[in-house]
Amino acid sequence: MSSLDTRHIGTEQEPVAGGTLAPGRVLQSRYEIRGVLGMGGFSAVYQARDLRFPNVVKLCAVKEMVNHAPDPQMREIALQNFEREANILATLNHPAIPKVYDYFSEDNRAYLVMEFIDGRDLEAVISDGTGFLPQDQILAWAIQLCEVLAYLHSHSPPIIFRDMKPSNIMLDRHGQIRLIDFGIAKNFQPGQKGTMIGTEGYSPPEQYRGIADQRTDVYGLGATLHHLLSRQNPQVEPPFSFHERPIPAVNPKVYPEFAQVVMRALEYDPSRRYASPEEMKRALLVLKPASKLGTATIVSMAGSSDLTPLWTFTCEDEIRSGPALGGGAVFVGAYDHNLYALEAQSGKFLWKYAAAAGIASTPCVAEDRVLFGSQDRVLYCVNMQTGRLQWTCPSNGKIFSSPRVKFNHVFFGADDGVLYAVNFQTGRVAWKVQAEAEIRSSVCVGDEEIFFGSSDGYIYALDIRGALRWRYRTKRAIVSSPALHDDILYVGSDDANVYAIDARSGWVVWRFRTGKAVWSSPVISESQLHVGSVDGNVYALDIRTGREVWRYATEGQVTASPAVHDGVVYIGSVDQSLYSLDAHTGSLRWRFRTSGPITSVPAIGGDILYVTSTDRQVYALPI
Amino acid sequence: MRFVRRLLAPRPAGLLRTREENRMDNRSPRGAAPAAAGAPHLRAGSATHVGRVRTHNEDVLLTFTSELQGDAALDAFGLFILADGMGGHQSGEVASSLAVRTVAREVLEHVYTPYLIHGRPGTTQTPLAEALTQAVDEASKMVYNNVPGGGTTLTCLLVVNERAVIAHVGDSRAYVYHDGLLRQITKDHSYVDKLVEMGQLTAEEAAVHPQKNVLYRAVGQEGLLEVDTHVETIPRRGRLLLCSDGLWGMLSDEEIARIVSHAATAQAACNQLVDAANEAGGRDNITAIVVEVYA
Repeated sequence: MSSLDTRHIGTEQEPVAGGTLAPGRVLQSRYEIRGVLGMGGFSAVYQARDLRFPNVVKLCAVKEMVNHAPDPQMREIALQNFEREANILATLNHPAIPKVYDYFSEDNRAYLVMEFIDGRDLEAVISDGTGFLPQDQILAWAIQLCEVLAYLHSHSPPIIFRDMKPSNIMLDRHGQIRLIDFGIAKNFQPGQKGTMIGTEGYSPPEQYRGIADQRTDVYGLGATLHHLLSRQNPQVEPPFSFHERPIPAVNPKVYPEFAQVVMRALEYDPSRRYASPEEMKRALLVLKPASKLGTATIVSMAGSSDLTPLWTFTCEDEIRSGPALGGGAVFVGAYDHNLYALEAQSGKFLWKYAAAAGIASTPCVAEDRVLFGSQDRVLYCVNMQTGRLQWTCPSNGKIFSSPRVKFNHVFFGADDGVLYAVNFQTGRVAWKVQAEAEIRSSVCVGDEEIFFGSSDGYIYALDIRGALRWRYRTKRAIVSSPALHDDILYVGSDDANVYAIDARSGWVVWRFRTGKAVWSSPVISESQLHVGSVDGNVYALDIRTGREVWRYATEGQVTASPAVHDGVVYIGSVDQSLYSLDAHTGSLRWRFRTSGPITSVPAIGGDILYVTSTDRQVYALPI
Repeated sequence: MRFVRRLLAPRPAGLLRTREENRMDNRSPRGAAPAAAGAPHLRAGSATHVGRVRTHNEDVLLTFTSELQGDAALDAFGLFILADGMGGHQSGEVASSLAVRTVAREVLEHVYTPYLIHGRPGTTQTPLAEALTQAVDEASKMVYNNVPGGGTTLTCLLVVNERAVIAHVGDSRAYVYHDGLLRQITKDHSYVDKLVEMGQLTAEEAAVHPQKNVLYRAVGQEGLLEVDTHVETIPRRGRLLLCSDGLWGMLSDEEIARIVSHAATAQAACNQLVDAANEAGGRDNITAIVVEVYA
């Protein structure tokens, strides 16, 4: 069937335009053509009236195949194919598949008479609207489509639809999905004119080598769902670019779990897709009803629903800063003024040190000491084993930044806008530098420079004597702490961007815009940057391109910073959960619920993850 | 800039002077810190040739390097652009030339000139990758509006010291060579390459595929253009190569790596690459730019 084409016409009485049959023309003395319903590459579909029912208007759809293969043998093969497919269709019996009534040929054309479906195809549904279609509606259609594909595949040999796309899906007057335009004229022909590589948009890569199986239809359904959810027509996008165009990036309302199912259907490698429409349907059913999304169903999807803490420890007030590990202990500062030392394995209370106000900065462990700042404006240095005070360093502002130790000095910023460099042994101030507003961003110490952000919007680079190397002004305050990797500094800003800045020269190389402020501090791992945003998403960016690799939507603001360990991103959200995400794909591994928003960064040591929550608790989770 | 500094020695807190008295001079670049020792220099070579089959050369290249030396040295700055025009009827070279000139004009105006004016990266500068992308967007609009039916690949490299920022559309390529390894930085925007990427074609099949020249993205196309950007470090004792498909289509990666690593200078590398592509048949226009960094 190499060159079926409807453009050629045979007889005088037919109109020239498109070579279609004129209204009023009667086929087989029975089917009166009323108009054209659609035109395909090799065929036309007409609406016709069945004249055997003179007293009622019984409508049907007549599909026409025009056979103009120059070689008589090819013509014969084409006809046989059409007939064989028509025979298969005639045996199908499924509510989503139109019924076939008749088959005949006339004037060198073959005709198939089918049930007339009164409705619109989904391409028309998309292009007629301006906004996104309700995703619950799309989810319901997706499940129906899986069912009809599963029905087709259940035949022996399986019937592969091969051409899943919105224009081949009708929505009838009852809101039911109907599959139209069966593969009759659609036997895949690589290299044939009209099927040039890459223009199809809905067909998987292997189909370009002539391979089509159940997973071909899974991909086609995935492409169709991507189009429906994103309103981006894959026929005009770069080929196979679905993974570069994550659905939530254009339609943030789509549940990440739904987007993940679609993306799995769209995997390049067939073996990574759902093996069958049934399997895909099961994944979709988990998402339904939509109201349950984000609760227990997700955890059951991810497998490990019952993550039990090894231990928990309850403080007397909220915990907003992260834990620090050292010497077999976990150190946690709380709003109840205390720094707690707990045994890492058991959670057993070891000692506590009381500051004069709440502690909101993550402690820092160096040598045998623990350093932490308090809202009482003092930086404390205590012995790690005993909790005995070594020295204090007063500042003129509340301390929210976490101290860093390097070059035998402690660096920390305070709400007085001063960056302090303090002798680690004595606690005496070596130098200080005044910024124009609060410094809540923790210092990042490089080999020759130190970097920090300020609420004045600047990111500062100082040499180790405190002299300014360069500074760059973002449009809003910076509370995110910078991260240094290969001489590039990465930092978030309240202006919603994540910046990549050449650490030596101060040239900004790229920025990436999230939906809202970035308070979270980025973490770099294997050429990926991980960070949270107040827009509710966790992002993975490719540090070489500055582009998004994936994002994961939580149900609340993500102000906490991530910890990355063994290819897994751990990050808390204001929605009270700690998320465990695959660093490469962004898929959810598990989720652990606490009873309060999580604003702190977790710490990991010895296969245990320690996380604090504003529910006053410290959790030790096995990983 | 209000900066109160305490240098070196710890002093009693009472000696801290007021902010007004201790403002750092905002006009002096980098404050009091001396420029880092061993500031890098840039060296570049380039060559273009019509090849042995075509009658005219639709490839265009541009190189621009700048150094300001002395105590108040500026960062070494380089701009390197390569374009391979398409469209036949002689509009190919019109498109590639217009695209290259537009990008150079935009980058010099929006990145380099402000740098000369301020003597340091602006505190509100546009990120380099964005500036390059905007320049490529502008080039695409210029080609679309002025060269009907014409299009071009465009690979732009902006270098500040050893930091390289690349913006790229089409199937010209950027490679980095270091320590015996040649790594392709850019991705070809060709259908065939996409199929190779997904394991549907082997590199050997792709090399002889009838549609290997079909691009799905080109400068001068209608509507929104997606520009790829990459950030790289040019390694010391390494080299960065930009080339058109008339080069990489004629030579194996091994051959390219051998020439890039062995040539005495960046210019010699370019000459030898062009000669080798011609010896291999020279079926298309051949263009190469090689950039290196030294202390």
